[in-house]
Amino acid sequence: MASDIIDPTRRDFVMIASAAFAGIGGAASLWPLIDQMNPDASAEALASIEVDLEPLGEGQAITVLWRGKPVFIRHRTPEEVSMAKKVDINALPDPEAQNTELPEDAPATDKNRTKEGHEKWLVVVGICTHLGCIPKGQGLTDQKGEYGGWFCPCHGSHYDTSGRIRKGPAPDNLAVPPYKFLNDTKIKIG
Amino acid sequence: MSHPSTYEPSNGFSKWLDRRLPVLRLMHGQFIEFPTPRNLNYLWTFGGILSFCLVVQLITGIVLAMHYVPSGDQAFSSIEHIMRDVNWGWLMRYSHAVGGSMFFLAAYIHIARGLYYGSYKDPREILWILGVLIFLLMMAIAFMGYSLPWGQMSFWAVTVITNLFSSFDTIIPGVGSAIVRWIWGGYSVSETTLNRLFSLHYLLPFILVGVVGLHIWALHVVGNNNPTGVEIQSDSDSVPFHPYITMKDAFAMSLFWMIFAWLIFFAPNYLGHSDNYIEANPLQTPPHIVPEWYFLPQYAILRAIPSKLLGVIAMFASILVLFFVSWLDTSKVRSTKYRPIYKWFFWLFIFTCIALGYLGAKPAEGVYLFYARIFTAYYFIHFLVVMPLIGVIERPKPLPNSITEDVLGKGSSPSGGAGKPEAAPAAPENR
Repeated sequence: MASDIIDPTRRDFVMIASAAFAGIGGAASLWPLIDQMNPDASAEALASIEVDLEPLGEGQAITVLWRGKPVFIRHRTPEEVSMAKKVDINALPDPEAQNTELPEDAPATDKNRTKEGHEKWLVVVGICTHLGCIPKGQGLTDQKGEYGGWFCPCHGSHYDTSGRIRKGPAPDNLAVPPYKFLNDTKIKIG
Repeated sequence: MSHPSTYEPSNGFSKWLDRRLPVLRLMHGQFIEFPTPRNLNYLWTFGGILSFCLVVQLITGIVLAMHYVPSGDQAFSSIEHIMRDVNWGWLMRYSHAVGGSMFFLAAYIHIARGLYYGSYKDPREILWILGVLIFLLMMAIAFMGYSLPWGQMSFWAVTVITNLFSSFDTIIPGVGSAIVRWIWGGYSVSETTLNRLFSLHYLLPFILVGVVGLHIWALHVVGNNNPTGVEIQSDSDSVPFHPYITMKDAFAMSLFWMIFAWLIFFAPNYLGHSDNYIEANPLQTPPHIVPEWYFLPQYAILRAIPSKLLGVIAMFASILVLFFVSWLDTSKVRSTKYRPIYKWFFWLFIFTCIALGYLGAKPAEGVYLFYARIFTAYYFIHFLVVMPLIGVIERPKPLPNSITEDVLGKGSSPSGGAGKPEAAPAAPENR
């Protein structure tokens, strides 16, 4: 062959082919190694739970476990509801509703964080949006923070009676999980 | 430091080996002959003490792994099994737990010594950077190890620390949460998380051993710094590593071991948190979450800043800034002993670190938060403003001409034999 210098020889071809084989093979085997750490199907399975609200008196709250996360359900008193409704949305640290069933930019009104006709019930994921602690405020004698909702003991975040962040380092309001009322006293979360 | 080898194989086997794998020659050169400044004080024994701590952690850790069960149901009870049933299990576990604290205590003294005597300056930048890398690895390993007893503090420490990554959501929405789910292997900290932390807690110490090897290699290329910061110039400035340094290190290690042993036998839980004897409960956060004492300064910095993302960045920056110290300090003089202005700032910095440690253990509110912010500010000002600025404006005290002159006083011949039994060099060089 006269054009040896420009044309790849058989040896060049073997070199390039094996380098490509090693390179692409290495890159391709990287993904399974990374992805094995992601939640698997058994963790992904969107389990839903039903909760009976009947025994919950006014002012009482319960915590249920949904997808490994605690969910706060609070039977709010009329004062707590009116306190939650009175808040100026523009003055909130996080003005978004954080309701998975509403658009992302829905304002954080108490209406957007509860179900119509069931305003006395507040259902939120009980995980502080700062660093994942469980805020205090579920027990009757718990410290509820300066806004009467929840208080996170880890780094001092205060949530109001609508689960909205009011003071402290947490960036977001407590998330509202997907749920619906099956009847007046029973909800299905998930 | 390069020096001519005086190793002579003494018997048939070592002669045979020396021509095939000169490992005995290497050991002889690096750990017997290695020239060491004659004026090293006891702060220089912490390198040896740290190697000792590493060995203790490795041995006790390997033993503990023989009895520990990394499962959500059994992790907590397997720790109690180690404590009550396993022969000498209590000794292994308490040594490992107290050992972690002693490791950090020695590391903090070692780092402070490096900062005071300018051990990070040319030509020891790589040596210093490897040291910071070791410190980072130590923190990761300690964090993972703390999760394994699966008590309340373990569980909530993992929850809080892994959630730090969710702050990236502020930059690109969703990315931070995706990283956190990836670390957890689920939607919350679970047995899956515990298993991977155990795997990595076993792996990373061996990586650490490798980096420690590089750290010692780098040290043996450039040689020890010393309290004057003046390099070794002649043979009379140095003593061989063995027996001078080996004996001094061994003596210091004995004292260190006494404190270590006192903690193991008389106050094994003094440095721990009692809440970690309550089994992990994902539905209840302990009323007051605090990390182990050695992470309190970083924790105080995290909480001092009101924004989640900036708090996380500041906490990581407080470690990462150490990587750049070699270039942030503009002074030509290494040792703070000869730096009349910087000396004050150095001690202010040490006070700041201790104050942050104290504040990290207090609730993040009111006057505690106020002071945490002041000291966090000074922590960074020290590195980013004080270090570059003082180096330029300060007029250092005169340095001794040599280590020998510093030890024996002015006018002493550098070949003076006092305190040095070997023959002095014939031609003293006084540069």
